[in-house]
Amino acid sequence: MSSEQQKRFGNVLTAPVCAEIDKWVANYPPEQKQSAVMSALRIMQEENGGWLTNELMDAVAYYLDMPRIAVYEVATFYSMYEHQPVGQNKICICNSISCMLNGSGKLLDYLQENLGVSLGEVTKDGKFSIKEVECLGACVGAPAAMIGKQYYEHLTPEILDKILQDLD
Amino acid sequence: MSDNSTFEIEINGVTLEAHPDEMVIQVADRNGINIPRFCYHEKLSIAANCRMCLVEVEKAPKPLPACATPVMEGMKVYTDSPLARGAQKGTMEFLLINHPLDCPICDQGGECELQDVAMGYGGDVSSYTEGKRVVMDKNLGPLIATEMTRCIHCTRCVRFGQEIAGLREMGAVGRGEHTLIGTYIEQAISSEMSGNIIDVCPVGALTAKPSRYSARAWELNQSNSVAAHDCVGSNINIHTFRDQVNRVVPLDNEHINECWLSDRDRFSYEGLMHQDRLGEPAVLDHGEWTRQDWQIALARTAEILQTAVAEHGEDQVGILVSPNATLEEMYLLFRIADHLGISNIDHRLRQTDFSDQDNAPVSPSLGVAIAELDEQNAVLMIGSNICKEQPIIAHRLRKASLNGASIMSLNMRDYDTHFEQDEKLLGCPSGVINHLAAVTRAVLELNNQQAPSDLSDILAHNEPGDEHKRIATKLMDAEQGSVILGVQAISHPHYSVLEVLATQLAETAGVTLGYLTDGANTAGACQAGILPHRKTAGEDRADPGMDAGQMLSGTLKAYVLFNLEPEYDCWNAEQTIKVLTAAEHVVCLTPYVTDTMRGYADVLLPVTPYTETSGTFVNIEGNWQSFQGAVSAHAESRPGWKVLRVLGNLLDLSACDYMSSEQVREELASHVIDVAAGKPPVDRVPVKLFDQPDAGLQRLTGISIYGVDNITRRADSLQKTPVAQDQMIRINSKLAGKMQLRDMDRVFVKQANNRIRMELVIDDGVPDQCVWIPGGTEHTAQLGDLFGDIELEAD
Ligand code: SF4
Ligand code: FES
Ligand code: FES
Repeated sequence: MSSEQQKRFGNVLTAPVCAEIDKWVANYPPEQKQSAVMSALRIMQEENGGWLTNELMDAVAYYLDMPRIAVYEVATFYSMYEHQPVGQNKICICNSISCMLNGSGKLLDYLQENLGVSLGEVTKDGKFSIKEVECLGACVGAPAAMIGKQYYEHLTPEILDKILQDLD
Repeated sequence: MSDNSTFEIEINGVTLEAHPDEMVIQVADRNGINIPRFCYHEKLSIAANCRMCLVEVEKAPKPLPACATPVMEGMKVYTDSPLARGAQKGTMEFLLINHPLDCPICDQGGECELQDVAMGYGGDVSSYTEGKRVVMDKNLGPLIATEMTRCIHCTRCVRFGQEIAGLREMGAVGRGEHTLIGTYIEQAISSEMSGNIIDVCPVGALTAKPSRYSARAWELNQSNSVAAHDCVGSNINIHTFRDQVNRVVPLDNEHINECWLSDRDRFSYEGLMHQDRLGEPAVLDHGEWTRQDWQIALARTAEILQTAVAEHGEDQVGILVSPNATLEEMYLLFRIADHLGISNIDHRLRQTDFSDQDNAPVSPSLGVAIAELDEQNAVLMIGSNICKEQPIIAHRLRKASLNGASIMSLNMRDYDTHFEQDEKLLGCPSGVINHLAAVTRAVLELNNQQAPSDLSDILAHNEPGDEHKRIATKLMDAEQGSVILGVQAISHPHYSVLEVLATQLAETAGVTLGYLTDGANTAGACQAGILPHRKTAGEDRADPGMDAGQMLSGTLKAYVLFNLEPEYDCWNAEQTIKVLTAAEHVVCLTPYVTDTMRGYADVLLPVTPYTETSGTFVNIEGNWQSFQGAVSAHAESRPGWKVLRVLGNLLDLSACDYMSSEQVREELASHVIDVAAGKPPVDRVPVKLFDQPDAGLQRLTGISIYGVDNITRRADSLQKTPVAQDQMIRINSKLAGKMQLRDMDRVFVKQANNRIRMELVIDDGVPDQCVWIPGGTEHTAQLGDLFGDIELEAD
């Protein structure tokens, strides 16, 4: 790292983060190391409590030797990357057809009322945030949700309530 | 084209010839068959994302995009069938769903591809009644205005950045309905070719900020012309409105600039009507400036010249000519000087070492055609900040590099380029010489050749390292290779040594030696005879006069300055102003006047810039490119050639009754038959050793991209760009550490008798013990030599 970049990104490109990214970089031919961009962004996001900042994206661009805009493109294309703070538990409710027919709307209403925040906001205690997502691929279990990395199916407001209490 | 075979296809029932690796749209374009398109652009990769070019192809079940459908033998295409028409109409309706249709308030109106294609291929009503998308704009800097709600996501601008500019700054962020074209973060586009995205954008999303809302496309007149800020001679089209230059756009010329233009050539016109424009002739009379008629002012000029020559001798008059003057102006200046017996005449204003001038080519040349640069296999650039100095040449080298060429550099600062550099050698002024000597020796050794005796010392002193050997091998192996001396090599304090070594290197390695010179018409100046040692067409002067350096080192009685501001354009600003102030008489033929100029001049004659005169520039390929004036001369100012013709008459110069600038050019052309033939080499200058490190700090100068000449320096929007605003000096971290300086510290820079305050950046691309300073700027207009001793002091 040149001294200038060191100063700029040194605190986010820590040794463990770099080591983790390097594992993914190793999966690709050296001249195509930017193929690791999605993993690198994910690692950065996890490290930062679930969301990305411009600085983190710039650090990825620098580390993988990509134009910054190319990283922004990836990070804004995929809905798994967040650009605003999220709760410790990011509750993603599927809004697509099967779930919608099976009452995902009710789940959303319930959550917003119960947690006192609207879509995209974080509860005051920082524990929860709610997000609408496209089909989770769990249509057989509609309505479905993903909380953190865990899938939950056949949800009702009551079941959801129980889950949230357990997480609390 | 890799495959030369052809076969036949049919478009709209007409049989046409096609090459196997072509797309349908290319065959149609070549034959004047119109297919609507937005995303396709001849010079960019194929994205096929707009679908406007759908055509019917026989046996294909659905319409196909002509831009992405390869031709096949016997293929039958219909661009105008009901199926094709229907597909085009449908696409057009789709594209307009989110378009605001705000043509009445859009600057693109009247020259908009979207408008035209919608007229030709769209419907009258839209079935879409829902709300439209709105996009918030980001500021892309002072040159490009955005209205991204109008964007149709063709990605031409994105591809331009990635593929042509080599600097990807625009992108498509978000997805689906929410996709936006932009920079994501607020930032000025920094490519020195950024203005081209205005041209490639088919809609009014990207428009020219300096000229927007000032005129409608159909109100503009256009004149073809030649760009006046570098030695490339890009072809331009000047758009004028009510007899004023409104904007400048590129004129296609595949041999020079293709369809591109550098921002400097595009936006410099803003400087043309700057308040500094000199409106009428003026003469200093008993310490008072009075405006005068041309007749009186010219008579005064003639008198000054005649008296100076009569009383003090021809060698007491010096004539300094901008390398941006036209060929006609230069030739008339030469004739007048020659008539008066004056041989102190020069255009090499930013040069200091003239000792090898007798070996200089009659007309400096790139050695190959500009278009041939694309095909070079190895290029070594010496002393060149290529992307800033000649952006179009940099674009050609980038193409070469993408074709697999090795582009290498030997510089006094590690300049960024938008292409890979295979090797970079870096050195202080004497370090650069030693590097070049080492490469030259490596080439001689590879060839098993003895060092020529005059170079044996310096070569013996410079053992080639691995990097020198690699460069040598690449040059030797190149089927087509070039060694190029750039602007900063020519300004080098020991340019003659660089030239001797580069000549030897190119000769031994069997590659061409090229020059990239300052100004738009250096080659023209050399051919016209604006040199103290040579007359027109390179004929030797029996009695050489003083070079620019000598003329400005001690005061002569009288000076004539043509189209220049010496404090910005000469080798030593401080000294030049001192000398001119001490001179008895200074006559300035100039488009602009400043207080500094009023301080030393006693006659001011307003001549026009290139947009208001006909003339010719000779580019670095040796191409004579003539142009006509685009607008009338401002106020009382007059084209330089006319002023000089009258002056010639007043001085009894014979056969000086030219009716047109073409006549002047024709006369010169009859003298300049074959300048490329060159001259027999004379003994070259002795080359001394550069084995002592320089004692103190050394100043290095790169002329700022927007500080090159009087017009550009006054172009407001260019001056607001981040690169123009960057007026900081650069030193490396070693020197900073030693002096305990940090980034952004203010320091005093001391040179000659001046001491100015500047901000500094730490840049490890600057060699040890060197201070890099941008030239052609207000700060440096107070300092001394472009290269040489300098002092730094912490604030
Ligand atoms: S800004 Fe213009 S060139 Fe760029 S994608 Fe939009 S329409 Fe195309
Ligand atoms: S629709 Fe909800 S998981 Fe597929
Ligand atoms: S021009 Fe063919 S798809 Fe856009």
